[in-house]
Amino acid sequence: MSEGTAPGAAATRAEYCVIACAEAWRGDGEILASPMGTVPTIGARLAKLTFAPELLLTDGEALLIGDVPGLGEAARVVEGWLPYRRHLAMVTGGKRHVMMGASQLDRYGNQNISCIGDWRRPDRQLLGVRGAPANTLNNPTSYWVPKHSTRVLVEKADMVCGVGYERAAAAGPSATRFHRIPRVVTDLAVLDFETTDHRMRVRSLHPGVSPERLREATGFPLDVPADVPRTREPSAEELRLIREVIDPRGLREREVRP
Amino acid sequence: MTADQVAGRIESGMTIGIGGWGSRRKPMALVRALLRSDVTDLTVVSYGGPDVGLLAAAGRVRKLVAAFVTLDSIPLEPHFRAARQSGGFELMELDEAMFMWGLTAAAHRLPFLPVRSGLGSDVMTVNPSLRTVTSPYEDGEEFVAAPALRLDAALVHLNRADAYGNAQYLGPDPYFDDLFCEAATDAYVSCERVVETAEFAEAGGPQTLLVGRQEVTGVVEAPNGAHFTSCVPDYGRDEPFQAAYAKAAADPAAWREFTERFLDGDEDAYQAAVAAFAKEGA
Repeated sequence: MSEGTAPGAAATRAEYCVIACAEAWRGDGEILASPMGTVPTIGARLAKLTFAPELLLTDGEALLIGDVPGLGEAARVVEGWLPYRRHLAMVTGGKRHVMMGASQLDRYGNQNISCIGDWRRPDRQLLGVRGAPANTLNNPTSYWVPKHSTRVLVEKADMVCGVGYERAAAAGPSATRFHRIPRVVTDLAVLDFETTDHRMRVRSLHPGVSPERLREATGFPLDVPADVPRTREPSAEELRLIREVIDPRGLREREVRP
Repeated sequence: MTADQVAGRIESGMTIGIGGWGSRRKPMALVRALLRSDVTDLTVVSYGGPDVGLLAAAGRVRKLVAAFVTLDSIPLEPHFRAARQSGGFELMELDEAMFMWGLTAAAHRLPFLPVRSGLGSDVMTVNPSLRTVTSPYEDGEEFVAAPALRLDAALVHLNRADAYGNAQYLGPDPYFDDLFCEAATDAYVSCERVVETAEFAEAGGPQTLLVGRQEVTGVVEAPNGAHFTSCVPDYGRDEPFQAAYAKAAADPAAWREFTERFLDGDEDAYQAAVAAFAKEGA
């Protein structure tokens, strides 16, 4: 779909995903929202336009922007300068909540974006660890998975880039001090680690997704209670902002298959 | 200096740092000069982009020190990918911040700097030489000792430079080019235009003067010298050319053709072939 959804139409799966991503930044205060991917970017902008106006956003390069442009539009207001060297300071200073992608993610939140297979000679070389080790040890790190499947939600990540809960605990107090994975948003559900042993838990299922479908798409045993909540409905105003202001070309629908 | 003279100063087996970031303001004319030379067995330290891809494709890299290799608008660098999947070179895979502190340590002549990043991740597993260090203060916290990334030579590209080696960036991000120069025994700056020192002030405030002449061994005037990476505000990334590069890189026959067309001649021949390519697309 390349055209925007008609006003008044029921929310699409991609729009539930946008809402779920936006919710990740609720209550974060005056920190930098660093979304990676189209749906998280729409979510961060929606949060700033509605319940989290104090969030900081970048233009995706070196500028902090003071307005909230639509996708692909240039910002008109620059409120600050954030070249990579200062961005790295923002990561380690903690005033940031990043939502990264994941090629693999396991039940404790260990994330891989580096390579598939044996690191010494991988079957598939991917991005490399990038900033995942620093992100996960220094500021809240959430994840966005546009296609929830047993290939992504795996028993064990081949190369741990983003650090999960049990690995952080094993590495000691310096590793756990600022470590937090608030949530994982996928095209099927919202998950978190708010269990006693920090194993992944279902927080809400998107409307139209059955508990069986979620279990089958997950590569490790996942408890999905029959009475698990549904992801909340977007308000009419949120749908208007998504469809008419932030993403009028409907790019969100390309990232999430219906 | 000329780009080929810079390449002549690089010896096989050296550790070289390459400035820029991903597919942004890379010293591509200097990299192309390295490809024309017979230098090989390099340890390359880079926030990797097509600089790493080109050197890897030509078999010049023994070891890479990097946190990623990307073309930005195309997430995966095909030559890097192929080299890794065929065991083409040794890799020291570090976190982006650990990399910055490694360069900073070298610039400050320190053996390491403490960082939190890396703990609990497989960066520690795949780099068994990495060590931790414990705070001597009451917190007693344990950190990774990011090792100094000392360089024999640094190659960077900026918008303007004077003949003495003072160099100015005019885009939104300095990246880490000053650190690369400070971490290196010798640093070579290519630039879009060599200007009189007095001209710097007109182009931007004093904070745009990123690299100081005390760090710089040689200056090369290389207009369009970051092509096909971005060098704003002088020019953006050449996306059609980068797409053609990535497409060719994925296939050995197409890559031979690309090499013959663009890389077998000197820099003038490259720029002429690029201009002809742009005309075809228009």
